[in-house]
Amino acid sequence: MKIGDHDWNIKPLGKHIWRGRMEPGQLLALTRAVKEEGGQLIALWGTDDRHLGGGFGLHVALLTSLGLAWVSKALPADNPSHPDLAHIFPQADRMQRAAFDLLGIRAADAIDDRKWLRHGAWPANVFPLRKDFDASQPATHDTDAYPFIRVEGEGVHEIPVGPIHAGTIEPGHFRFSIIGERVLRLEQRLGYTHKGTEKRFEGMDLATGARLAGRVSGDSHSAYAWAYCMAVESATASPVPERAVWLRALFLEIERIANHLGDLGYLGNDVALAFGFMQFWRLKEDWLRLTARLFGHRYLFDCIVPGGVAKDIADSGIAELAREADRIEAEVRSLKAIYDDHATLQDRFANTGVCKPDLAARLGLTGLAGRASAQAWDARAQFPQAPYDQLDVSMATQRRGDVLARAEVRFAEIHESLRLIRDLLARLPAGALHTPLNPVHDVCEGLGWVEGWRGEVVVAVRIGADGRLDRVHPHDPSWQNWPLLEIGILGNIVPDFPLINKSFNLSYSGADL
Amino acid sequence: MATHLILQKIFKTGIVSEPAPAADLSLRTREQDLHAEILKVFGQAVAIRHVDAGSCNGCELEIHAINGPHYNIEGIGVKFVASPRHADLLLVTGPVSRNLEVALKRTFEATPEPKWVVAMGDCGCTGGMFGESYASCGRISNVIPVDVEVPGCPPTPIALLQGILAAVSQNRKNAPA
Repeated sequence: MKIGDHDWNIKPLGKHIWRGRMEPGQLLALTRAVKEEGGQLIALWGTDDRHLGGGFGLHVALLTSLGLAWVSKALPADNPSHPDLAHIFPQADRMQRAAFDLLGIRAADAIDDRKWLRHGAWPANVFPLRKDFDASQPATHDTDAYPFIRVEGEGVHEIPVGPIHAGTIEPGHFRFSIIGERVLRLEQRLGYTHKGTEKRFEGMDLATGARLAGRVSGDSHSAYAWAYCMAVESATASPVPERAVWLRALFLEIERIANHLGDLGYLGNDVALAFGFMQFWRLKEDWLRLTARLFGHRYLFDCIVPGGVAKDIADSGIAELAREADRIEAEVRSLKAIYDDHATLQDRFANTGVCKPDLAARLGLTGLAGRASAQAWDARAQFPQAPYDQLDVSMATQRRGDVLARAEVRFAEIHESLRLIRDLLARLPAGALHTPLNPVHDVCEGLGWVEGWRGEVVVAVRIGADGRLDRVHPHDPSWQNWPLLEIGILGNIVPDFPLINKSFNLSYSGADL
Repeated sequence: MATHLILQKIFKTGIVSEPAPAADLSLRTREQDLHAEILKVFGQAVAIRHVDAGSCNGCELEIHAINGPHYNIEGIGVKFVASPRHADLLLVTGPVSRNLEVALKRTFEATPEPKWVVAMGDCGCTGGMFGESYASCGRISNVIPVDVEVPGCPPTPIALLQGILAAVSQNRKNAPA
């Protein structure tokens, strides 16, 4: 794989997915080369490789001009440390801190070495994702005592919010430093929903792993289940029937529409347009009920399984879903006309929570929020896996980077997903739904990459010689986007925070793991 | 102009709140029961505070859903409130993550008596796929007392409403005459 002037030892692992191992000194150079060509760091995680005869491993997924490159660097068993990557890609900061909390892998010279996922449930010198972690040790009950960065000066005061919020949202802590009504600084403290998901994968059989992967962030179930299955199928070199692949895309687009409908309703609600909430949630409920009727679950849980899918669609279902797609399309169009025309809504949406394109590029804003800030990439469009390589996805982008832009991207993506659904239904190949996975004889690894409704979901899998999961790292796009919310709120008034937060709608569970 | 379009849409949409008398009679009975129970116990309505104690956010999707127009929960006396101090009932999701154990206990303590706790979802009822670990306390009842457990991954909106009813009516049975 050639990046910049150098030909790196990175080989194809799957379609648009690459795999390489870095010699000492190479990782920094590669990361810089990717940055220079306009790429991004998507994910960073660690592994304990001591049971395989190594030390530890640092893994990075980089978005390059040729696709996603998964590169690894071996670290010594004693004092595992690696060069800081956050000075090149700032989004690596929290991922590096999480890797330390879980595995004791330290980013040397990192500016920010505060803890991240660890609060007080385990001691600072204990690393739960190490293979020799003693699970029978009683949990500690230390207070978090997180060193927030304090803003001082005349007239500045702090508003602490959470972890338990006032609405039906996930838990996290937001520390606002404000002057008057305006936000001078926001600092997030997340990790509250850390429930040991990655540790839970260890030793699990491959089928159960798919169910757990789908529950990393429930609102992105199909994206995670598909990415996990893609990784497992790649690791075991198992083919997937064509009909199953097309049905997976159908599930993913159904999930995208359900989430976008809900968000557009809440965005209306947050500017006191209860009408918008009721209308969009009426449509969402209709959509969920149809999904349950066709596939047996309102959110398609456990419909994607390793080797294929567990649910089919009959001809009558195809007709019904196509009809509903037409109806939803017309309804969304009429609601869009109202949102466009509603002065209060436009006033609250426009120029609120701005993430300018250059800042978005520098900090790695991704997915839906990225596309609203001119970060014009969508894995379905640029690096399509099957069946998207036959669907010609049209990407939605905006340049404004405000709440309005993020709403506009959602509107456009609903229409595109409805078009894709009609296309998928019309051209759905016949055939089997499922093929058994090839047996595992040795340690093997794979990576899955799916453009979920929020952004790209990456799942890296290593399967042990016994055929059970050895290490799974699921990556949520919220990792990159949470820090941008800290910046998007600056200069805005505190009452606009719920609106700005909802316009990103990031996952806590997905990034807390 | 927007007002005109909004009114037009409202009239065109009509009332989607269920039950529609002819369409689903069993649902109507259930919702009427719920209303009657709440009237007996609280004299007015039940105020619910949702607490995510570590959920994957799947259960939250259905809590949002019951706040939509099909279910018309405020019309039958169920209201979600912003503070545990305003709540009669805590609706708790998730396996309890250890990082939220203290926050959940404090929320429970902040809720005035009489109070009920409904554990929602397989994780809340049993620990689910996440179980107990260095990071998870498992089921809700490992941390605070639970009155009703509503299984499901996630439970459907109707199952959730039935669970809320179960919590409320159980109390009436046990309450001193």
